[in-house]
Amino acid sequence: MQSCFQTLSDYGLRSIGYGERLLPKADITLCEQFVLIGSGMIWNIYFAVLALLLGFFFATVLALGKNSNLPLFSAPCRLFIFIFRGSPLFIQFFFAYDLFVLLPRLGFDIDLGFLVVTVETRWLTKAWLGALIVLFFNTSAYAGEIFYGALRAVPSQDLESADAFGFTGIKKFRRIIWPTMLRLAWPSYTNEAIFMFHATTLVFFTGFPAWQQKGDAIYYASYFADKTFNPFVPYPIVGFYFILLTLLIIGLFGLMNRRLNKHLPTNERKRLRFNKYNLIR
Amino acid sequence: MFSYCVDPKAIEGLMWLSCYVTTAKHMSFYFSFLVVMGLLSLAAPLAMAFGFAGATASRSTYRIIRSLGKGYLAMIRGIPDIVFFLFIPIALDQAFEYLRHKVLCSDVTEPIRQGNDFVVCTAAKLPLNTAGEWVHDIYGFSLALLAFGFVFGAFAGNVLSGAMAAVPKSQIETGEAYGFSQSQIFRRILIPQMWIYALPGLSNLWMILIKATPLLFLLGIEDIVYWAKELGGIKTGVYEYPHPDWRAWYFGVLMIFYLSLTYFSQSVLDKISARLSQGQATMAGKAS
Repeated sequence: MQSCFQTLSDYGLRSIGYGERLLPKADITLCEQFVLIGSGMIWNIYFAVLALLLGFFFATVLALGKNSNLPLFSAPCRLFIFIFRGSPLFIQFFFAYDLFVLLPRLGFDIDLGFLVVTVETRWLTKAWLGALIVLFFNTSAYAGEIFYGALRAVPSQDLESADAFGFTGIKKFRRIIWPTMLRLAWPSYTNEAIFMFHATTLVFFTGFPAWQQKGDAIYYASYFADKTFNPFVPYPIVGFYFILLTLLIIGLFGLMNRRLNKHLPTNERKRLRFNKYNLIR
Repeated sequence: MFSYCVDPKAIEGLMWLSCYVTTAKHMSFYFSFLVVMGLLSLAAPLAMAFGFAGATASRSTYRIIRSLGKGYLAMIRGIPDIVFFLFIPIALDQAFEYLRHKVLCSDVTEPIRQGNDFVVCTAAKLPLNTAGEWVHDIYGFSLALLAFGFVFGAFAGNVLSGAMAAVPKSQIETGEAYGFSQSQIFRRILIPQMWIYALPGLSNLWMILIKATPLLFLLGIEDIVYWAKELGGIKTGVYEYPHPDWRAWYFGVLMIFYLSLTYFSQSVLDKISARLSQGQATMAGKAS
């Protein structure tokens, strides 16, 4: 048990570059597999959380754009959604990486007032930024389509009452349309969030290199499977971590769902339940 | 391919390009598109079979079968599919070799797992060391196919069990009232009526199956991703056709290939759905 704490302090933050530099090579223990794969989960959570947070807002913009009567707005949104939903994420990663590699290596100074940050284009070829951008665009497109569907399903009576009460413009959107759109979209959006977490496992299998063996959960799992030639331990561990994560997402999104449905009579509320998911993208 | 391609260094422009895109390696690249189509056409029925078995098992009256079926359908919800794609081929490979070892080499007493090695006798190896290159290719492809069937079977099982649950209860009860046995109800009432409810989910599934095909690359198969990386990489002067890093172009071609495939599939599926909705007591059916 003592040695397992030692392993935890050696490898607990290995995926972000702290602790032991060399990965375990021989006599790999169960504890090492659990710790290192768990450490890799940091990357999966980093990618998914940031992509979802940023994507949520961009998706709203895309949905509104697609719903617009002006082709000037709706056409680019349609095209964006089509491109990212119509092609495999796996290919998107490769394509984006190879494009980023071709970019000239430049640096831009951005003055934040209190300090100057040099933004470099070569960051795009690193997973933490390049892959994040791909995931962000991808989830925006999928969520945008979900929000668009929900936007079209907002009951017309709601809009009429909003008009009757004198709501216009931003206020009408902010107070009436947006909450209803979110409420209708929420079960599918939960689905999308789960898929986003699952999709992060692809990052280090595409062009993006795992620099200094800092990889995600499945990167370490496949490392262990290669080293021990025994797939029956590392892959179930990844599965275990992801089931925990999925349950956590459903729990958190369930809380939000309850808030969105608060004003409805109890028999009209939709509950989020793990076994009621039609988990299909 | 063409007669003027004998010395590619001497030609340029369109002639050079026409020679470049007809090299033997490019032919393998084009062939790998057929491999993708082959995988799609084999994986779809296999996944349907797995899914049907899973959905039926999850409705079974026997508790053990039911929980097995439910577990199979539920596992895909929590665990990323890539885990299965990496796990299943190697696990199956080891399982087959283990069984063959037990049967064919029962006289060997040494354990199969020796530390970090998985040792089976030569006769138990799959495929045999003496087997030709194509046997290895077929074997690898079959393992990948099984992985696809298993993962997408779980997805399909979710769709089908949802569709089975959507068939109105009164239909089943009517069957019972007419004295149908349980299997008759299943075959004559439940299955024929379930398809219309399953269709949206199944068409969605077809789209994700298309988008999952590049994952063949992860299974070590020389698929379109492999060739795009291989052909697009920088080729120096020692190669017959030197060129800079063209991977972005090759992956651009793959993007267009997949976009047209999904676009085409979507328009066909929309037509089928419109056709099947005709005369149904649904909103789509009434509208037409």
